[in-house]
Order: sequence, then structure tokens, then C-alpha cells
Amino acid sequence: MISGRVWKFGDNINTDLMLPGAFLFASEAEQMRVVFSANRPGWVDAVRPGDIIIGGTNFGTGSNRPAIRSFRNLGIAAIIAESISSLFFRDCVNYGMIALECPGIAAAFAEGDTARVSLDDFTVRNARSDVTLAAVPVPDRLLSVMRGGGVFPLLEAEGVLSPPRQATAATDSSPAPVR
Amino acid sequence: MGSTILEKILGRASGSATVSPGEIIIVDIDCTILLDVSFHFIQHGLGGREILRVADPKKIAVIFDHGVPAPDASTAAMHIAGREFVKRFGIEHFHDVGYDHGISHVVVADKAYALPGSVLLGGDSHTCSAGAFNCAARAVSSPDILHAMTTGKTWFRVSETVRYDLEGTLRPGVSMKDVFLHIAGTFGHHVNQCLEFGGPGIAALSINARRTLTTMCAELSADFAIFEADQRLLDYVHQRNAAPFTPVQPDPNAHYEDRRTLHLDRIEPLVGLPDAVVNNSAPVTQVAGTPIHQAFVGSCANGTLDDLKIAANAVAGKRIPAGVRFIVTPGSQEIWRQAMAEGYVQKLVEAGAVVTNATCGACFGGHMGVLGPGETCITASTRNFKGRMGHPSARIYMASPATVAASALAGRIALPDAFTNGGAS
Repeated sequence: MISGRVWKFGDNINTDLMLPGAFLFASEAEQMRVVFSANRPGWVDAVRPGDIIIGGTNFGTGSNRPAIRSFRNLGIAAIIAESISSLFFRDCVNYGMIALECPGIAAAFAEGDTARVSLDDFTVRNARSDVTLAAVPVPDRLLSVMRGGGVFPLLEAEGVLSPPRQATAATDSSPAPVR
Repeated sequence: MGSTILEKILGRASGSATVSPGEIIIVDIDCTILLDVSFHFIQHGLGGREILRVADPKKIAVIFDHGVPAPDASTAAMHIAGREFVKRFGIEHFHDVGYDHGISHVVVADKAYALPGSVLLGGDSHTCSAGAFNCAARAVSSPDILHAMTTGKTWFRVSETVRYDLEGTLRPGVSMKDVFLHIAGTFGHHVNQCLEFGGPGIAALSINARRTLTTMCAELSADFAIFEADQRLLDYVHQRNAAPFTPVQPDPNAHYEDRRTLHLDRIEPLVGLPDAVVNNSAPVTQVAGTPIHQAFVGSCANGTLDDLKIAANAVAGKRIPAGVRFIVTPGSQEIWRQAMAEGYVQKLVEAGAVVTNATCGACFGGHMGVLGPGETCITASTRNFKGRMGHPSARIYMASPATVAASALAGRIALPDAFTNGGAS
């Protein structure tokens, strides 16, 4: 069970809003400071570890950018939306972010509500209103990657990727949560 | 029940006759495209891990495009890492800054790396561009690219297909960019859907025109976008790539989630209004007269030779007014050379346009035409998201090269002459 405070976002939230082009090659610390700076300045100061993002349709439309890393670094526990761009969804799988598509979610939650997410039966409950919605189940094979730290361990096991070297692992992005 | 084009290609690539919506499948990849920015991920995103081997160097192409020539030291470092990778793993399809560089999707078209009936992956969202070649092509996230190039495989969740049947012919001054804006404005996003294009209207469309449409389907968040194969396509590929291939057509009784007809002759010049692509299109006439600071023609969607021809002929013998910057970026250096040979570059430059080298450049707000606070731009590129081309307060209208060139000359948003003079109905 994942339980967290809800932040609401609308339809078509794109990757340029999550990670502006000017910060594409900035450090992870800089990137996490500019999330939603164009559409919701100050949000990164208000968000707390364990919070949950609820979006509308077409969440994550746009580029292949490591935007999901910034959400992870901010401590976001899950992203739930009416629908999620499949490119963005792949990033969620690869970077170990719980991401669910859940029709009706936008109308069922107000900002500040508490969402309780079960990955056992793929339901999302609003703790205030007690409304429970069915999310689209994530197939086992993807869920295990999503919950197991992404693809790097798989590639290490296949012998195509070396294990991490200690010296750089501390400063570079790793699939495990940074915080 | 029959199969769509994508169900057949993905079936073959996953070792079965066909696949069905909802399935998770593991497919063999025929070609994986790495960009300069892929090496930022490889340098900094692996948590200190090292790539030990690749599955097949012949199935990898490395194309530098986002930051060429390097605008800063960190991009230059990416390029160095890319060159070392190419040398270490023996990659033959390498497009370094120089004679054969270009935007990856355009180089894929120039060289016909995307073969009909094959599967191609890329790290840039507009990789679906290669769907014009009857190729199952899509963008994946950077760790997926790593997985694909080291194991030769990836996973897909098979989606339902929406079929678009094209009928009729475009009016003068109207292009496939306008057709895309019509689709985006009418039908909105296509999350978890594949798009299939066919019908009698495709015969008259150049490969460049088809590519404009499939490239833009990234903006619909579609999984794949793919065209039927016809003789024009097969001739194009045979002229550029000697490798064998098998084109794929849909079954007559294929199942589609929806089937829609696009009457090309009814489409008028459109613009995407600022800040979002889907459900945000309007007739050019609605915003005509809006003053602009910059006009841009370029990107993987609109940096083709046809686009440069339209822009050049629109401004030939005239002069861009003071206060307006008209920036033109060919999609590849090959197109640059062709545009020079055809006289397009001369017409553009003499009119006061700035013709840059081939790069993703201004389209992603990287370099070569970044917007400042409060500026207004009309662009024939891929996206008009808030902040996309520079400062978040800049307003970005998206349109066809004909509309952009007409607007550059007028200093304000304007209809293409060709439409005003020849397209009235």
C-alpha cells in the first residue's frame, strides 16, 4: 500500500514542463529545482517526499528526457493519470517509478487529498471521500522491473553491463532512489 | 480476424504470425539509433557501470544531431564519448559532424536505414518518423536503448490501431503539416494507440510529405505511426539501400479500434496555438496579423528539401523586414547540399534568412535561434510547448513552412500566397 498527499495536474502535461530544454545536461540537483517552473513556479519547494502526482489525459507527452529522475529525486511516491504517454511510461518502468493509468482519477481527487494505492489489486482509494477506483493493471513482468530498480540489474546479470564502480556511483544517476 | 500492418511486423519480430492488442511481446530489433545526447546518458546515467558488449554493431547507427557543432563543452564531451564508443564497438553507420550529419530521423530517411517491414528504435521521441517507410519505428527511453543495443531486443505492449484513410489531394499552399494539425485539433491525443495511414490519397504524397505526418505523430503520443507500402516507397528505398526487405500490408479484414477518412482537399492552412499541440489548432485566418519576432523552418518534421523549396520560393527576390529573424535549418547536410545546388540557399540568404547547418537546434531551444522573454515565434518544427524554444514567456505558433515563410515576409502571421491565390474554393 502506498499512501500519500495528492498534487493535481491537468491534461497534456509535457516533458518540457518537467525538464526544460535549457537544463537537459544540467546536474540532477539543478534539474530537480526546475520541475514545473514554467507552469507552477514554487512547486518544488512545496512538494514533500511521499507525495503523489495525479494528472489528466496524455500525461508525459513529449520527449525522451530523464524527467522521471527529478520526480524520484523529489521523493514522489507514485504518478497516477487518466492516461500516460507510452514513452513516459517506459521511463517510469526503467527508473522504478510507480505509474498507473486510472480512468476517472482526475475527477475523484482534489488537491491535498490522500490517495491510497494498492499494487495487489490495482486500486486507488481517496481517503477523504472513500471513493475507490480501478486502475489499469501493470503486467507482472513490467511491475517487477518497476519495483525492482529498473533494467540495469537485468543487464548486469546478462553480462553486457559491468557492476557499478564505487567512485562515480555516488555522483551519477543510479536506478536506486537517490534520497 | 485479419491483422494490421503493425500486428504483422511485430508478430514476425517476436517469432509468431501476428500479435494482438494487450499482449506484452519481446521483439528483435533490426536497427537502433543512438544520438549525441545518448552519450550523455551513457557517460552520466549508468551509475558508474560500463557497457561491455553490443549485440550486433551492424544494427546500430550513431548520428550526432542535437548539438552540432557542439555549442558548449559538455556537448563536446558527449561527442568525444560517442566517437570512442564507435571506435570501441566497430560501428560502421556513424554520422559525425561534417559531410553526412543531420537530424537522426532525416539521416535515417536519406540513407533508408528504416527498411519496410522492419523494427527500428531510437532515443528521440520523433523516431516514429520512419513509419513513413512501412517500418515499425518508435522512441523508447534511454535505458531501453541501452537494453536494445546490448541484447538486440526490447518489449512492447501491443496497442489497438486507428486507421486513417486519405482521400483526395491537397490544395495549393496546404501541406501535410496542416493535415497533422487537423488530426491533432479534431481527434486529440492517441495515447496507447497505433496509427495506420493508407487509402487512395497517399499515392500523390512524396516520401517527404509522408514523413512530415509520421514525425508529427509523436505529438499525439501514439505508440507507432505507419504508412502502407507502395511503389513510390519501394523505389525510394531501393535507390538508397541494397539490403533485402519485405514490405507488409494490412489484411482487408484487419480489426481497427476506429477507422477515419481524411479528405485532403477540404483541409485549409492551420496553426497550432501556443503552449500545447493537441486540441489546440485554429485556422491561420483566426490569428492572421499577430506580430512575430522570429520565424523558423526546420526540424525532423519540416527540414526536407521540399520544405526548403517552399520557403525559398516564397521569399525569392524579396526582403525579410527589420525586426524579424527568419531562421532556416535543413534536416541534413545532404539536404543542405541539394538546396544549394537547386539555388534555394541563395534565395533564402539574399532575402535575409539565416540558413544554419543541419541540427535539431532551435526546435528544442538548444541553440541557433533560442527565443527570449516575451517574444513571439511562428515555427514549422515539431512542438510549441511552453518554454520549448527558449524562455517560458515566449509564445510559439506552429504551422506549415508555407505559412511560416509568408509570415516571415509580412512580419506578422499570414496565409501562404499560394493558398490565397490558388486555393480559394
